[in-house]
Amino acid sequence: MSLSVSGVSVRFGSFAALADVELEVAEHEVVAVLGPSGSGKSTLLRVVAGLQEPSAGRVVLDGVDVTKVPPHRRGVGLMFQDHALFTHKDVAGNIRFGNAWADVASLLSLVGLPDAGPRAVVTLSGGEQQRVALARALAPSPKLLMLDEPLGQLDRELRERLVVELRRLFVRLGTTVLAVTHDQREAFALADRVVVMAGGRIAQVGTPRDVWEQPASEFVARFLGFTNVATASVEAGTAATPWGRVAVPAAPGPHPVLVRPAGVLLSVDDPGDVTGVVEVATFAGERVEVLVRIDGAPLLEAHCPVVSAPTVGETVAVRLDPAQIVVLPRNSSE
Amino acid sequence: MRAPRLLAAVLLTAAVAACSSSPDKAANDSKTVTLVTHESFAVSDGVLAAFQKQSGLTVKILRSGDAGAVVNKAVLSKGNPQGDVLFGVDNTFLSRAVDAGIFTAYQPVNIGNVPTALQQGTDGKATAVDYGDVCVNYDKAWFAGKKIAPPTSYADLIKPEYKDLLVVENPATSSPGLAFVLGSIAVQGEGGWTAYWEKLKANGALVVDGWEEAYQQRFTVGSQGKGNRPLVVSYASSPPAEVVYAEKKPTDAPSGVVTDTCFRQVEYAGLLDGAANPTGGKKLLDFLLSPPFQKDVPLQMFVWPSVTDTALPAEFTKYAALPTKPLTLPADQITKNREAWIDEWTQTVLR
Amino acid sequence: MDPDGAPLRTRLLALVPLAFLGVFFVYPVGTLVAIGLGFGEPIPGVPGGSLGDVGGVLWFTVWQAVASTVLTLVVALPGAAVLARFRLPFSGLVRALVTVPFVLPTVVVGAAFLALIGPDGLLGVELDRTVWAILAAHVFFNYAVVVRIVGSVWAQLDRRSVEAARVLGASRPRAFLRVTLPALRPAIAAASSVVFLFTFTSFGIVQILGGPSYATLEVEIYRRTVYLLDLSGAAVLSMVQFAAVAVLLAVDAALTGRQRAARLVPASPRSPRGFGEWAFVGVNLVVLVGLLLTPLAVLVERSFATSDGYGLTYWRALTSADASSVLPAPALETVGTSLRYAVTATLLALVVGICAAVVLTRPGRLRGAFGLLLMLPLGTSAVTVGFGFLVALDEPPLDLRDSALLVPFAQALVAVPFVVRAVLPVLRAIDNRLREAAAVLGTPPGRVWWRVDLPLVWRSLAAAAGFAFAISLGEFGATVFIARADNPTIPVAIAQLLGRPGEVNSGQAMALATILMVLCAASLIALDRLRPTGAGGEL
Repeated sequence: MSLSVSGVSVRFGSFAALADVELEVAEHEVVAVLGPSGSGKSTLLRVVAGLQEPSAGRVVLDGVDVTKVPPHRRGVGLMFQDHALFTHKDVAGNIRFGNAWADVASLLSLVGLPDAGPRAVVTLSGGEQQRVALARALAPSPKLLMLDEPLGQLDRELRERLVVELRRLFVRLGTTVLAVTHDQREAFALADRVVVMAGGRIAQVGTPRDVWEQPASEFVARFLGFTNVATASVEAGTAATPWGRVAVPAAPGPHPVLVRPAGVLLSVDDPGDVTGVVEVATFAGERVEVLVRIDGAPLLEAHCPVVSAPTVGETVAVRLDPAQIVVLPRNSSE
Repeated sequence: MRAPRLLAAVLLTAAVAACSSSPDKAANDSKTVTLVTHESFAVSDGVLAAFQKQSGLTVKILRSGDAGAVVNKAVLSKGNPQGDVLFGVDNTFLSRAVDAGIFTAYQPVNIGNVPTALQQGTDGKATAVDYGDVCVNYDKAWFAGKKIAPPTSYADLIKPEYKDLLVVENPATSSPGLAFVLGSIAVQGEGGWTAYWEKLKANGALVVDGWEEAYQQRFTVGSQGKGNRPLVVSYASSPPAEVVYAEKKPTDAPSGVVTDTCFRQVEYAGLLDGAANPTGGKKLLDFLLSPPFQKDVPLQMFVWPSVTDTALPAEFTKYAALPTKPLTLPADQITKNREAWIDEWTQTVLR
Repeated sequence: MDPDGAPLRTRLLALVPLAFLGVFFVYPVGTLVAIGLGFGEPIPGVPGGSLGDVGGVLWFTVWQAVASTVLTLVVALPGAAVLARFRLPFSGLVRALVTVPFVLPTVVVGAAFLALIGPDGLLGVELDRTVWAILAAHVFFNYAVVVRIVGSVWAQLDRRSVEAARVLGASRPRAFLRVTLPALRPAIAAASSVVFLFTFTSFGIVQILGGPSYATLEVEIYRRTVYLLDLSGAAVLSMVQFAAVAVLLAVDAALTGRQRAARLVPASPRSPRGFGEWAFVGVNLVVLVGLLLTPLAVLVERSFATSDGYGLTYWRALTSADASSVLPAPALETVGTSLRYAVTATLLALVVGICAAVVLTRPGRLRGAFGLLLMLPLGTSAVTVGFGFLVALDEPPLDLRDSALLVPFAQALVAVPFVVRAVLPVLRAIDNRLREAAAVLGTPPGRVWWRVDLPLVWRSLAAAAGFAFAISLGEFGATVFIARADNPTIPVAIAQLLGRPGEVNSGQAMALATILMVLCAASLIALDRLRPTGAGGEL
């Protein structure tokens, strides 16, 4: 099933939860909507499911305008945040709720919970509840499956395992999927395409790699976890950042730039134009994450190989690798 | 899921039933005659069945509340009454009923055999069906045990030997209570009765709101020894009731009646103005004065039949006292002063 | 859900309770009050009365209600704690028994109470004719309200917060005052307002135990309507009572509505430990037995106490169709009549109460007024309703004056607020996403309620049904003022039997009262079994 959302706005009083949102999802595509809480991503799901009437705009499923169609006739599946299982029914009863003839056994083995049918939902662990919620959403064979923070409450290990399982499942079922998450790793692992939302607007759409490599705005960059973002003035192909000068392919003038932590090169021995003091050094397995204090500049994050990482209190020379600099669009509204 | 579904089905059925059933239309057909009365109305099944068979009428009996409530409800629904005949107006409420015009005139067949004294104040619009007397009752065994002679008059009740022995009902909320106050007015006169009540109060008379409480909870006989008042304002027919409703029929009634304190209460019936079935109503009124009903009255409602020379059951002739000179007050005097007297009484006794 | 349909459906749903209350409460009571206040056609023979001492009556009504409420809380809160916190044998039975007084006709309760605190009473103190007797009886009647409303929350309070306070150095009393009490406050406020409402409108207790010198507004309204036909005085007093009830309910809404519900966990009663706890349990059981169970036991005893020892004479008399019987049919047949009325009234109250509760869970501007309207019948004199039916429902198509349905309708009027109070909190607690999940899973809006809400509330609903059933079993005031062509109900028959001299009559009355108690206790025990294990409604 293909989905087309055009010009959708949702206003609660003077607050705009969604502002003029445009989104196309192709058949069989898995799209993840990524954004911080309050960015309107759940509202978008609710609009597509028919649970929230948009103040403006249209929702089109497979070429049919369903904006005025009530939820029970849209034929979409929605897996709720916190699962919203029916406590008055057992696992099988939950799965059969939307489809009385659902093959409970095979749905349960699909989600990896064989034999759980007669169990009471209150006896299930968080991960098990999540699987039952998924089986319930899948039972009516929806052509568009939507998931609201599908792995939200689970612990990290379980999430990492389930995210792989989900991805595999989506590929196998061939269902169109629209998932909502605030976790970029989850989004990147699940989706063919990622939609980043901010303040009720779509900030960026692209493949996980596109988004990661070229964030569309300072906001997106920061949301993806990058902290080394600052305005630099560019002159003759060289940007003057608070952390030093670096060559960039940009027109003269002020530009927001992102310096990837891997592109911050520190050395203890070399003297350099710019020096700073290591304030924090966190061991993170295959690398050490270092925060460097440079006079008159924001803290600079650097990722160093374990063998050559400086220690706290050391004075280091700072160089920026031009290959790891991203010039962000200037007219970023966020 | 089964239980909720069942519940749902039941609820739905109830809702539909509640909406679809319409009020009883039987009242409108000429084969049914409706009697509006108080909760205490009673008639033997056989007597009623015989009347229904002989007249071809079905009698529908609508009971609710007590005499006061029945009259007041009839006054409120004047012109569009709930039935054809009303039974249960007593002489303390008669004028209110007659003045409000809830009755239309009718002379039942047997009215000639009802003493004219009983018909006073009816204006031909109501028929005396029965009468009884409200009198002080005393516990025979109690007085015998204490070797005190029971009181014999209103005047005796304020004597020290009867201190803390009497329980009376509030005239504002009880019909025998009102009758007892009216009796005191009949004896002491309009000028002296409040002074009498002050003395009665000083002599420890206990006032309760209803007859049930006075008789069943405070009176030593009615409460089977649980109460502590051997004197109570009740009916002249209470002693025979004690015999009839005893577990093992005693040879003598456990209580007696102070006949000089008896105030007469007459109970009337009348054809309601605007009755749906006036013809049937008239037949029903004839029935109320007919010998079978009149003979049935004593043991059904513990009152005397109004038609003279009606045969009385043995329990009645043996245990019931019928005072020769009961106290009375004219109905119009009662009507004119009732509220004022009750107010005065309340000021004197309760405040 | 369906954004266009929902308000319309809510409005349609609101029609059920509105139509019911409109036809069977607002219209009749309004008509009677309007006649009293001099609107409309004057009725001949209706005197215009003087108002008398309204201020004094109002003052007594208010202060005895306040005193009764405080006293009930003081006596019943420890009892609620015992029944909620500790696993004791027969606690289910005890919980049912403390509710029995609710259904007993006051004349019967009055008799039992006189045996306790009357002259030569079992307790040895004569309180008869004092305001103390009224207060004691009010505690007797309303103990169950506190036990049921506060106890159900208390049993489910998360004990960890008390433990946290204790670890932080709070003493036991301090932990109670700082943690438990605040968590219980909404429940205590809810219970207090119910107790206040009941005692504010107290009628039989005040008449029998206080005697004629004490009068509440309710007693005064009754007296003026039934004996004096002083409708104008009664109307003014009714208005005063309405206003007082409205103020009370507004205060109640403000007190309970603003507070967040305490965190509740499934109840986990345990056995008492140590001397202190056993002593606490023991003292409360003594109060329970002394104050609540003894009067009930007295009634049962009297039904067996014949003139020569104990026997079944009165019980056998219940089935006899003696020609001289006080009742039009064997007394046992009144049980059938009562059950028929009570079942009908319960179903009605459920239909109306559920519709009302659903409406109250939806947003709306007039919700406050609607909630008030629902509660108002509790604060209205039964005689006002009874007489109101007579003057208002007298013209086709609403000539219902002698319809067999009028009695259950009047009874349902009193039961509806209880259904609403029992179901509303549970409905409010249902996560709306469950309804949305059902919609997304293809359930049409009209079916969502049946598939999600009803299965989740039906246990509370059953509890409410049991309570409504018990209330209508015991209803006397309105029933007695509605003209009925069939057999009397149990309470009416009891009053009839007590209205005639003779031990067979009073013995039968006590036997019928015992049957009434058993019916009530049985329905309440059945209801207790269905009680939800999670957070339930107020009852």
